[in-house]
Amino acid sequence: MTIYYSEDHEWLSVEGEIATLGITKHAADQLGEVVFIEQKEAGDDFAQGDEIGVIESVKAASEIYAPVDGEVVEVNEDLADNPGALNDSPEGDAWIYKIKLSDPSQLDGLMDLAAYNDMIG
Amino acid sequence: MTDTPKRTPLYDLHVELGGKMVDFAGWEMPVQYPMGIMGEHKQCREKAALFDVSHMGQVILRGEDIGAKLEKLCPQVFSTLPEGKARYGFFTNAQGGIMDDLIVSNAGEYFFVVVNAALRHQDIPHMAAHLDGVEVTEVFDRALVAVQGPSAEDVVGRLCPAARDLKFMETMLGQIDGVECRISRLGYTGEDGYEISIPEGEAIRISRLFLAHGDCEPAGLGARDSLRLEAGLCLYGNDIDNETSPIEASLLWAIQKRRREEGGFPGAERILKEIAEGAPRKLVGIKPEGRAPARQHVEIQSLDGETIGEITSGGFGPTVGAPVAMGYVASAHAAPGDKVNLIIRGKAQPAEIVSLPFVAQNYKR
Repeated sequence: MTIYYSEDHEWLSVEGEIATLGITKHAADQLGEVVFIEQKEAGDDFAQGDEIGVIESVKAASEIYAPVDGEVVEVNEDLADNPGALNDSPEGDAWIYKIKLSDPSQLDGLMDLAAYNDMIG
Repeated sequence: MTDTPKRTPLYDLHVELGGKMVDFAGWEMPVQYPMGIMGEHKQCREKAALFDVSHMGQVILRGEDIGAKLEKLCPQVFSTLPEGKARYGFFTNAQGGIMDDLIVSNAGEYFFVVVNAALRHQDIPHMAAHLDGVEVTEVFDRALVAVQGPSAEDVVGRLCPAARDLKFMETMLGQIDGVECRISRLGYTGEDGYEISIPEGEAIRISRLFLAHGDCEPAGLGARDSLRLEAGLCLYGNDIDNETSPIEASLLWAIQKRRREEGGFPGAERILKEIAEGAPRKLVGIKPEGRAPARQHVEIQSLDGETIGEITSGGFGPTVGAPVAMGYVASAHAAPGDKVNLIIRGKAQPAEIVSLPFVAQNYKR
């Protein structure tokens, strides 16, 4: 299992061709208290850069952009009832999707933890 | 404005308390503290919160018949405003729109007026130009601090016992630890509380005395906005502006009887006509049925898909525990219980017109 990070503050935990996707602790802290999430459905396809969801905090709405091409295979349904989990456990229980990677070579364009930590300073 | 944002007398305290500072109307203000918007909001509803509102314009008017002269600019009755009383009002323009809203207090020797931060540069020349024989002085050397919530009476009253006896919309001069402050029982949260005008050099020290009370925590602009939205209070620039009339904005309650009968204020033609015949659109409370917040500029449609209005303020209401919003809708769709759709990110989301406020106001009358 390898964990990758995107410039849009997402993490991707990859096992074979399946990746679990969420937002980083840093992103969650910046968003403020999350009150709503809009997610895609299992089976939906998307390309890198597509909007694949929206997170609303008490302050504002923020889009989630796909870090890679893929297909949603599982949606974390618990978040709809408990969006605040995105603040409490963004890199754990509050994952957003499990996705099937269309082009695993795109992972090479993402960051490892050290590079991500450098980026957020 | 490209100028560097100005700092209030409380700036150093905000930084010390961990305030997250943002530029608001040309002022560097705390949007929240480490407690967070949700926590600060609940703090204010359940105990007490302290807000820095020093960015607002404080103005002193001196001269003869100030109240009567203000009536030429506003559709309120100020000529008989008793000493020690404050009243909500607004400047109207010739088209019947709202130039700004304000609080006018009769302080006895003078009138004390508080206007919105972004409009002080409009309002002060407006008053100076039209209030003949009245000396209009902007106050630059005083902070304005709001202490709001059910514990506010104790937070302020233990330092100034006379403040306990004030009722809603009353004002006095009081000593707080040896400092003369103007203490007014009003606010912008829907809760009981005070706004206190403090000499700038003492503002941090007096604020610390309030915060030393176990029930009082600092709160930022984020909580101030969600509190006023739940309380159904208009925000100038969002819910009211130069185009909206007071009747459209459901502010008829703020136009006293004599002015409704006699007119004599800017825009009276439109405003009196709308009082008699109704306005074409109304500002209403809107409760989304789902969990998605509907924010400013979201389109409102009737159930058959016709555009009938727009959200002017919206977000999550921490006390309601759900999204809340206000907006203008065509009057045919403005009755509480009417169903509408909100177009959020291209999708129609069901919502209902509701009576304001969302959370009962808790004033000490």
